[in-house]
Amino acid sequence: MARELLNIKGLKVNIDDKEILKGLDLNINKGEIHIIMGPNGSGKSTLAYTLMGHPKYEITDGTIEFDGELINEMKADERAKKGIFLSFQYPEEIPGVTVEDFLRTAKTSVTGKMQGIMAFKKLLKEKMDLLEMKEEYASRYLNLGFSGGEKKKNEILQMSILEPKLAILDETDSGLDVDAIRIVAEGVKRIKDESRSILVITHYNKLLDYLEPDYIHILLDGKIVKTGGMELAKEIDEEGYENIKLRYSHI
Amino acid sequence: MERKKTYIEDIDRGIYDIKNEFTYKYKADKGLTPEIVKEISKEKNEPKWMTDFRLKSLEIYNSMPIPTWGPDLSDLNIEDIVTYIRPDAEMKHSWDDVPEEIKKTFELLGLPQAERESLAGVGAQYDSEVVYHNIRKELVDQGVVYMDMETALIEYEDIVREYFMTLVPPTAHKFAALHGAVWSGGSFVYVPEGVDVDIPLQSYFRLNAPGAGQFEHTLIIVEKGSRLHFIEGCSAPKYKVNNLHAGCVELFVKENATLRYSTIENWSKNMYNLNTKRAVVDKNGTIEWVSGSFGSKVSMLYPMSILKGEGARSEFTGITFASQGQHLDTGTKVVHAAPYTTSTVNSKSISKDGGYAFYRGLLKVAPNAYGCKSTVSCESLMLDNKSKSDTLPIIELNNDNIDIGHEAKIGRISDEAIFYLMSRGISEEEAKAMIVRGFVEPITKELPLEYAVELNNLINIELEGTIG
Repeated sequence: MARELLNIKGLKVNIDDKEILKGLDLNINKGEIHIIMGPNGSGKSTLAYTLMGHPKYEITDGTIEFDGELINEMKADERAKKGIFLSFQYPEEIPGVTVEDFLRTAKTSVTGKMQGIMAFKKLLKEKMDLLEMKEEYASRYLNLGFSGGEKKKNEILQMSILEPKLAILDETDSGLDVDAIRIVAEGVKRIKDESRSILVITHYNKLLDYLEPDYIHILLDGKIVKTGGMELAKEIDEEGYENIKLRYSHI
Repeated sequence: MERKKTYIEDIDRGIYDIKNEFTYKYKADKGLTPEIVKEISKEKNEPKWMTDFRLKSLEIYNSMPIPTWGPDLSDLNIEDIVTYIRPDAEMKHSWDDVPEEIKKTFELLGLPQAERESLAGVGAQYDSEVVYHNIRKELVDQGVVYMDMETALIEYEDIVREYFMTLVPPTAHKFAALHGAVWSGGSFVYVPEGVDVDIPLQSYFRLNAPGAGQFEHTLIIVEKGSRLHFIEGCSAPKYKVNNLHAGCVELFVKENATLRYSTIENWSKNMYNLNTKRAVVDKNGTIEWVSGSFGSKVSMLYPMSILKGEGARSEFTGITFASQGQHLDTGTKVVHAAPYTTSTVNSKSISKDGGYAFYRGLLKVAPNAYGCKSTVSCESLMLDNKSKSDTLPIIELNNDNIDIGHEAKIGRISDEAIFYLMSRGISEEEAKAMIVRGFVEPITKELPLEYAVELNNLINIELEGTIG
C-alpha cells in the first residue's frame, strides 16, 4: 500500500489575480503529523482553502494529488468525500440548522450511508463527551452564538464524526485557553492513526507541546523555505519571524 | 458526474397544476357592469341591502384610480376577468355528495384527510362558490358557527349586516370596492363568549376556471375570552391568461380573545393576488397572523392589525418566496390606537431567478397610545444576482412614551457559508437548500405542519437545478 497521502508539486495560487502561493511543494505520508508555521500573510490560510477547494482560490500552476488522485479541479464536497477535512479558523454561523441535523447530513453524504437517527445521536453524544461539550450543543444552531473556543471545539467534533484521512487545522489553536487546547489536542490525537494524517497550520506553536509532529515546515512568501523537526519551532519561538525571514527568505 | 439541468423554466408544482375540465352552472359575462352585479346578487337570492351595497361598491370602484405605487398592474384588465362562476355543484356537508371531479381535486390537496386528522371544521370553495362545509358537532353544541358566507347572510343576517365590510370598507381602495361589488363565497365564523376552539378550522380556496376572479369574503368574530385558530389555504392551476384574487378578510377579536389566522397561498404564477385583510382587537385581545406567500405573479398583501383596546397584542409572522416572473409586495400594517398595546413583526423573504420580494410595512402609533411596545424585524435573502429585494418599513409615531425596536437586513446567500457546508461533503444544491431552510426555520415552526412540509418541499424543488 502506498504510504503517500498528499503530494503537492510547484503549487501556484492566485486570489483576485494576486499570486499568494508561489511554487509550494509538500509531501505528507499516511500516519504523519505535519506543522506549517509562518508569519501573517505568508499564505498559510490560502494553502488550507486551496486544499479544501474554495472556488475563489485559483490554481495557476502545479498539482495536488490526494490518495493517488489529481484533485486540482475537484469541488469541496467531492474532496470531503475523498477524506479531506478543514478545521476553519473562522467557522461560519448557520442560523436555523442544528449541529445534529447538519452533522447527520454531512455524515450521510461523506459515507454514502443513511445515518439512523438514534444511532447517530449516540455517536454524537459519545464524541461530544470526549470533547467535554455539553449535550445541549447538539440542538443549537450551527456556531450561532458560540464563543471562539466553542466554535473550535465544534470543528474538532465535526472532524471526529467525519473521520477524515487528512485533517487540516487552520489556526485551530488561536483564541483557545490552556484547557481547551489540551482537549482539542487530545481530539486530534485520537483521530490520528496509521492511515490518517494531520496538517496543522499555525502562527504560534501552542499545539506543539501536545502533538508530536513528524515534520515542521516554515512558510514564507508563498513557499516552504525550510523543513525540519521540533528544533525549527524552537528557532521561531526564540528568534521571531523577522530574523527567520532574514535567514531563509533568500531560498 | 451527472448534473441536473442548469435552469428550470417553470417548476413542476404537481398537484397544484392539475386542471379540471371547466364545467359550470352559471357564469357571468366578462367585465363589470351594474347588470352583471345585479345578476350575481339575484343568482344568490340576496336581501336588497346587499344588492344595494354591491351597486354602491361598483360606483366607488369606477370612481377610484388603480394604485400607482407598488407592483405594475397595467397588465391586469378587469374587462377580461370573469367575476362570477358558479360551479356545477350544490353546497354539501359530506364529501361523498361533492361531485367526483371536484372532490378529487380537494383529495389531492389533502383536505378531507386533514379534516379527519387535525381539523375541527372545513370549508372548501371551488371558483366562486363553497362546495363543502362541515364542522364537528361538539363545536356546534357550544354555539360555534362555521359556514359559508351565503348561508350566513340568510341565517345570521343581522350579524353579517352589522360587521360586513365595516373594517375593510369599499372606499379602502379600488380592489376593496371591486370586492364589495362582486364578492362571492368565503367563510363566516362566530365563536361565542368563553369558548376555546382548540382544534383549527380550515377553509380552502381553489380557483379552477381560467381568466376568472375569486372574491371570497371571510368574516370572523371571536367573542370575549374565546380562542380560535383559523387556517386559510389557496391555490390554482396555471393558465396562460391572468386570474385575479381580490378576497377580503375581516377579523373581530373581542376582549381577552385570541385569534390565530394562518394563510398559505400557493397561487399559480398567472395570478394577481390583491387581497385585503384586517383585524381589530379589543382590550387584552390577541391577533396572530401567520402568512406564507409563495405563488402568484403579483401580490399586494399587507394584513393589518388595529389595536383598539388597551393591552391588545398583535404578532405577525410572514414568509414570502419570489421566484422567476414574480413580484411579491407583502408586509403588514399595525396601528397602535390604545395605550399599552404591543406588536411584533417578524418577516422573511427569499428571492431567486429574477424574482422580486418587497417588504412594505406600516407601524403607526396614535397620540394617546402611550406605553406601547413594538418590535419589527424584516430579513431578505437573495439567492442570486438576478433577484431583487427591498424593504420599506414606514414608522409613524405620535407620542414618545413608547418602546420601538426595528431591524432590517437584506443579504445574498453567503458563498462562505456554502463553502463551509460543502467542505463537510454536502453538495452545493443541498448546502443552499439547507441555508434557506435554516433562514426560514423560525417561520416554518409557526406554520401548520402540512404547510411547513410544503414549504420545505418548495425550497427543495426551487433550489434543485439552480447550479450550473
